[in-house]
Amino acid sequence: MIEFQNVAYSYGGGELLSEITLRLSPGSFHFLTGPSGAGKSTFLKLCYGELHPTAGRVTLEDRDLRAMSRDDVAQMRRRIGVVHQDCQFLDHLPLVENVALPLTAAGQPVSPEDLFDLLSWVGLKSLADHLPPSLSGGERQRAALARAVVMSPDVILADEPTGNLDWEMSLRLLTLLVELNKMGKTILIATHDLNLIRSAKSQVPARVLRISNRRLQLAGSDL
Amino acid sequence: MTPLIAALRDLLAGDHNADRVVPPTGFTARLTSFTAGAMAFLAVFALALSLASGRLANRWSSALAQRATIRISAPADQMAAQTAHVLDILKTTPGVASATALTDAEQRKLLEPWFGPNLPLDTLPVPRLIDIHETATGFDADGLKNRLAAEAPGAVLDDHTRWRRPLVAAADRLRFLGLISILLIGGATGAMITLAANAALAANAQVIRVLRLIGARDAYIARAFVRRFTLRALAGAAVGTVLGMLAMLLLPAADDAGGFLTGLGFQGVSWIIPLFIPPLAGVVSFAATRAAAFHTLRRLT
Repeated sequence: MIEFQNVAYSYGGGELLSEITLRLSPGSFHFLTGPSGAGKSTFLKLCYGELHPTAGRVTLEDRDLRAMSRDDVAQMRRRIGVVHQDCQFLDHLPLVENVALPLTAAGQPVSPEDLFDLLSWVGLKSLADHLPPSLSGGERQRAALARAVVMSPDVILADEPTGNLDWEMSLRLLTLLVELNKMGKTILIATHDLNLIRSAKSQVPARVLRISNRRLQLAGSDL
Repeated sequence: MTPLIAALRDLLAGDHNADRVVPPTGFTARLTSFTAGAMAFLAVFALALSLASGRLANRWSSALAQRATIRISAPADQMAAQTAHVLDILKTTPGVASATALTDAEQRKLLEPWFGPNLPLDTLPVPRLIDIHETATGFDADGLKNRLAAEAPGAVLDDHTRWRRPLVAAADRLRFLGLISILLIGGATGAMITLAANAALAANAQVIRVLRLIGARDAYIARAFVRRFTLRALAGAAVGTVLGMLAMLLLPAADDAGGFLTGLGFQGVSWIIPLFIPPLAGVVSFAATRAAAFHTLRRLT
């Protein structure tokens, strides 16, 4: 699916990531950990082509992301759902339209029943007509997850999805991601919440990756 | 189908969902409408100036072309004989279709604007004027001048070319300047709308980032901005054009006394021409906004 081949990324004269080789297999569940500023968000951005590596290459189903046209990158992003820590929405559109945005942008038909089913799944059906600024942090995170999966993508990338949530809400979000993984979706979550990782490992066979000294290491066995 | 044709089709068809992704931007939208309206208003005047100059040049060319005047200065007791002699010469001059000596009443009417009515022509040394109409081939002006010098020394030929040419040239230049003004107005409209579109794109950088993130293509994102600005410019230009045409209607009617200034307007079918200004403003806006949108989007990954 997504493959990193000896990837490096430099920023501001210094190397942030170096010699990263990794293959995210279909249906796998990965956590990405590391200290703040280690490059977790950069790693995720390299996955969906918002950043390009300064060395090596990132491929999606054997296609080099750098060689893709802008339209191809847009097409590729429809197959990768992204949940950001800051949950960017279009604040002038109600929640239901924000969640449907990937469908409308792709010119695909929008089924109101399916949309409300999805909002029910993340527990936001009653807030469908609310504008994003009126939602709490947890509601925004769940809305971002709903938007990320509305196109039924193959891969879901989540960048500190529980960073602003209490433990109960974090577990609720994790449960949703585990459900998606059981449906065959590839999941990669960047987080430094070890309790969340432990909870996930009790439900699915998750691998834990750690960015340390610019390099990626397996770090699951000692958790 | 080329991307441009597809974009035009999308512009006309509209896309409710694409239109909604861009939040209402009151200031830039109003700026676009106002700019397009003001420029269209000015374009109507520039167009009217250009058309009036063209009419003036044509009138001066056609009214004075193939016309000439002979001025006879002679003592009062010889004036009639000299005039008759010159008319005889003209009858035998190839290229002269007709020649008529102006009567006292006609000459008095010509001088009336300067000397007032009831001018006592017989007490003034006013020369007699002969109005000549040429045939299509015209006459040999130099040959006629030489013959008059030999046979009627008091007669002087004036074929108007000396002052007609610079007037026609000036009118042609005025028409050209009017067209240049229209081009400059079009360019300024495009520049202003580009600035407004850039401001809107910059203000909506977050919207664009979100749309790119969820897999929206550049064409989809650009469409929302292009359609909004094009329709705004079209509406603004339509209002400006209507106001400009109303202002033209309110100008005094053209008449001989008013001359050029009262003739500054549209006549007959030329009233249709300013109706092309709004669609042209729409085309300028479409091109300017589309270029600005794609330029901005290309800078984003």
